Amino acid sequence: MSDYIPSIGLEVHVQLKTRTKMFCACPAHEEGEPNTTVCPVCIGLPGALPVMNREAIRKTVKVGLMIGSRISLRSMFDRKNYFYPDMPKNYQITQQAAPLCIGGAVEIEAGGQRKTIRVNHIHQEEDAAKITHMETTSEIDFNRASTPLMELVTEPDMSSPDEAIAFLTALKEMLIYAGISDCNLELGHMRCDVNSSVRPSGTDKLGVKCEIKNMNTFKGIHRALEYELERQAETLRKGGTLVQETRRWDDEAGITLPMRSKEYAHDYRYFPEPDLPPVVLDAATVEAWRAELPELPAVRRARFVKDYGLPEYDAGVLTADKAISEYFEAAAKKSKNFKAVSNWVMGELLRALGEKGQGIADAKISPEALAALVALVDARTINMPAAKDVFQVLFENGGDPAAIVKEKGLAQVSDAGAIDGFAEQAIAANEKVAAEYRGGKEAALMFLVGQVMKLSRGKANPQLAADALRRKLGK
Amino acid sequence: MAMKFSENADRMDVRYVAGLARMALSDEEAARLQGQLDDILAFVGELKTLDVSGVEATDVATEARNAWREDEPAAGLGRDTALANAPLARHGQFVVPKVIE
Ligand SMILES: [Zn+2]
Repeated sequence: MSDYIPSIGLEVHVQLKTRTKMFCACPAHEEGEPNTTVCPVCIGLPGALPVMNREAIRKTVKVGLMIGSRISLRSMFDRKNYFYPDMPKNYQITQQAAPLCIGGAVEIEAGGQRKTIRVNHIHQEEDAAKITHMETTSEIDFNRASTPLMELVTEPDMSSPDEAIAFLTALKEMLIYAGISDCNLELGHMRCDVNSSVRPSGTDKLGVKCEIKNMNTFKGIHRALEYELERQAETLRKGGTLVQETRRWDDEAGITLPMRSKEYAHDYRYFPEPDLPPVVLDAATVEAWRAELPELPAVRRARFVKDYGLPEYDAGVLTADKAISEYFEAAAKKSKNFKAVSNWVMGELLRALGEKGQGIADAKISPEALAALVALVDARTINMPAAKDVFQVLFENGGDPAAIVKEKGLAQVSDAGAIDGFAEQAIAANEKVAAEYRGGKEAALMFLVGQVMKLSRGKANPQLAADALRRKLGK
Repeated sequence: MAMKFSENADRMDVRYVAGLARMALSDEEAARLQGQLDDILAFVGELKTLDVSGVEATDVATEARNAWREDEPAAGLGRDTALANAPLARHGQFVVPKVIE
């Protein structure tokens, strides 16, 4: 699409990981029977008064601190008025005029390019109830109503579906690292309104914006954007005009469709929420919250490259998950061979966890045991195939690698006499191959090394075996 | 849909506002209320004649700050009580006429 340049902006709603709801003490995130975690506030009974969840404010401010927002020491709640049964008090409590966090930016990397995506603001609000549409009626469950949400609004700085996904991935990583949200998309923890427009290349003015509402998978967002940007460009190519509208993504058909235009849909008559006084934070509190922030994924990635000499790729894989990165670091601290530790974590450990569908928290192999295993290989006490056997035992049962090596008799045979004996046997049993090697066929040696390994039942040190064979074959 | 009213507009269209509030008005009601609305806005508009250059802007009339609580769960209504006043309930849910979008 070189004739048109896309601009993409995102409005990301994230359910905060709190124990209770935003404006009442009902338990949040309960997936149980409908309407079991409700009270007069969250079902909107007249006269019920909202009381803010301080923890939700703290979490939203922490997100602002992570992305370099200006934190409003004084912010306000507003009423956003609309009529829909998911919000029976007929307004959502949100922030419009004075949000908690203003500005900020997230660094992304897409297609090998680094880019800064500016954030306009982050505000605090409450989630709506869940509606299930039946044949002739709609059913409403208020368990989700008033779950704390933060809404992060970006500037239209992304210019491809890949960049939009890179942004969401970076944001999600950050939020999980800092314990802000579990960001489980299947459970609706992260939902997105996607704004996009295209403009003829060579021009500056943004085109007409279309909004795709309520997207909840990254894959869906990518597909919807690919479709939508092409639709807009194609409309303009054919000389048509675009209207600013709200559309929805039909995942099955793979297209976006205009939503039945809701009359007055954009006139929410915001006004200050009279039931909630302003939120006033003092700088010392905000600084204390800043001090609680974890090292962010991008920073940790760079540090792994610098401190452990890891390739960028390794650092990226290890830091994509906070728990994995912490496991690696715990093992690396006990080891001298960081790259080997990285290889074991990225390779065997992630594979074994994946096969079992487990998280690192369930792994029985301690970081110390993994470091000890690496040391046994480096000291040539065991060879690689034996190390993998030991790993498997450690993964399933835990324990001490040296003890497992002893118990299973896996220690490499490095005794020259024993290896010489195996080498002689191998040559005697394979005269033809030995002759080929003497005749100059270098590859024949590998076969003989294999025979030595077999005779030693896998325990010979392959390097010493090759040396012994060369010596005996007169080279 | 174009906005029919903003803070700066002198006039507020009563039919538009009634529409936002999902209220049906007869012609007679609309005419009467439009007159009252115009009067109210004119009255409030008198504030614009005051010199407030030396007055700090305020958005709340109370000294209260931070109506917040710690993140400790408490028991709510229980489902049966919550649904007790619902005109219609089924499957433990509030039931309303079907809404789309
Ligand atoms: Zn409640």
